[in-house]
Amino acid sequence: MTTRLRARELTLSYGERVVSTKLSLDVPDGAFTAIVGPNACGKSTLLRAFVRLLRPAAGTVSLDDQQIAAYGSKALARSVGFLPQDPLAPDDIKVRQLVARGRFPHQSLLSMWSQEDEEAVTEAMETAGVSELADRPVQELSGGQRQRAWVAMVLAQRTPYLLLDEPTSFLDITHQYRLLTLLARLRDEGRTVVAVLHDINQACRFADHLVAMKEGRIIAEGAAADIVDAALLKEVFDLPCVVVPDPVTETPMVVPTHFDDP
Amino acid sequence: MISTETRPAPTSTARWHVAVLVGGFALLAAVAVVSIGIGAQAVPPMDVLRALVAPDGSANQLIVLEVRAPRALLAIGVGAALGVAGVLIQTLSRNALAEPGILGVSTGAGFAMTIGAALGGVASPAAELLVATLGAAGATLLVYAVGRTAPLRLVLTGVALSAVLSGISLGLRLMSPDVFDKYRFWSVGSLAGREQAPLLVPMLAIGLALVGALLLSRSLNAAALGEAVARTLGANIARVRLATLVLITVLAGAATAVAGPILFVGLIVPHVARRLARGSVPWLTGYALVLGPLLMLLADIGSRVLLPTGEVPVAIVTGFLGGPMLIWAVRKYGAGSL
Ligand SMILES: Nc1ncnc2c1ncn2[C@@H]1O[C@H](COP(=O)(O)OP(=O)(O)O)[C@@H](O)[C@H]1O
Ligand SMILES: [Mg+2]
Repeated sequence: MTTRLRARELTLSYGERVVSTKLSLDVPDGAFTAIVGPNACGKSTLLRAFVRLLRPAAGTVSLDDQQIAAYGSKALARSVGFLPQDPLAPDDIKVRQLVARGRFPHQSLLSMWSQEDEEAVTEAMETAGVSELADRPVQELSGGQRQRAWVAMVLAQRTPYLLLDEPTSFLDITHQYRLLTLLARLRDEGRTVVAVLHDINQACRFADHLVAMKEGRIIAEGAAADIVDAALLKEVFDLPCVVVPDPVTETPMVVPTHFDDP
Repeated sequence: MISTETRPAPTSTARWHVAVLVGGFALLAAVAVVSIGIGAQAVPPMDVLRALVAPDGSANQLIVLEVRAPRALLAIGVGAALGVAGVLIQTLSRNALAEPGILGVSTGAGFAMTIGAALGGVASPAAELLVATLGAAGATLLVYAVGRTAPLRLVLTGVALSAVLSGISLGLRLMSPDVFDKYRFWSVGSLAGREQAPLLVPMLAIGLALVGALLLSRSLNAAALGEAVARTLGANIARVRLATLVLITVLAGAATAVAGPILFVGLIVPHVARRLARGSVPWLTGYALVLGPLLMLLADIGSRVLLPTGEVPVAIVTGFLGGPMLIWAVRKYGAGSL
């Protein structure tokens, strides 16, 4: 398994508040990596360090053996795309306009809208399934449609790396599975996908590489089949459960049992 | 950019915008000709055109070339500056009520001019421009520092600052009328007679700042998606914000340096332009470049013809238009943000 995007010995903090120390993660190339863990354990913080929204107090994030701190801002944006947890679209923007803004890192101060920009936007909207919504205001879309419009915006960036923070939150179950299937397809087409996911069973089903975090540390990582068992769930989520094979995909499936202290 | 294949919406949207803008510029030219013709000595449109194209030195033509055309040019420059400053300030603050006039930026510039002039510090157009821009910057920083937490708070802070500064100006004028009365003009904006002042420096500053605004507009488009997305798209948010602030203060400062504080143009223009531009800052800026001058020319015409007794300051006319607009904007957007 090759790795081009990696974090080494990160200390991540907000002012005095230290979230993680000595945190390292190699993101496997061309794979779907899912990060899971309880609320406030530092998943978003780690993702923000990968896309340079948060500067590590110590340690480095590197892409192709070059520290991301040394990349130009648009150069990094042509390699790594990021979708935050709750992106906010301006009031009057239409889907196509939103998606078109994903082309920003490919444009210079004076460049005109190019044929390549146009193709990237059209392709991104097709891939994310929002072509029919192109002329609809983003505000008027349902949660699932809106999330796909944002995904299309990041796709229009045409980055080999896609990092998404809880892309399935606020979606109904059908749209959750549709979006995850879309991400898996992007992986199949050669992109590297990293997503923070809430649902451990979805993570097990879709991720090639599962990262379980707790209190700013990585407790376990690897293929879901190799690392997910009742002991891990107890340790990471403090959840009493049994782990059975998913009847559809055979991947681990977590079924909670009863708490000892209700 | 041009291709023969069928290309859907973006190109046709761009074509639509270009068509509307061309129409807008044509309308602007027509209104400018009408505006130049209006006054104590009426000049028919054909004579105006002849004066501009083939001057022959007649009395009518002298009026046109020496007085009326410079004044129309002034209105166009000031309108463009205030309209685009309004677009920038609304986009930056995500606040539909923000405007250089309401936020006290223009009043700050006018106040700085009054004080500077009374102290004998502003002797050249360049010095005027500098003092006005510094005043605008000071007011911007103050209002932003106090009011940034909420849209309505920002507006109230601006209004309060304007009131305080106007009060001080008035007080100074009452205390020593001989020193301050001739700067009365810097408390209520007007174009009357201002075309005789040296306009090259402020107009050049406005022109450069407008070009800067157009160049910046794509980054502002990215910035409108929120800090996290904008930064991961490669927009340098801190630099974009700073550049926008500089442009706002230069535009509002230069407009105030030549015409005094004029309220509401920066509010009316972005709201109308937004209906046309539909969520794109570059087009929004383009429309403001047409609508700002158009509004100023119309207001200037109004200032000359509304009262039979003589001219009213143009800022009074924009105030009449802008007051209801502000009420509308508050009702539509409430205390919420864009
Ligand atoms: N901007 C911030 N300022 C201060 N503390 C923060 C900030 N963002 C997150 N935190 C804190 O850092 C910790 C990790 O947060 P986060 O990475 O968002 O967790 P997760 O995404 O796993 O739910 C939490 O305790 C949270 O309160
Ligand atoms: Mg989070």
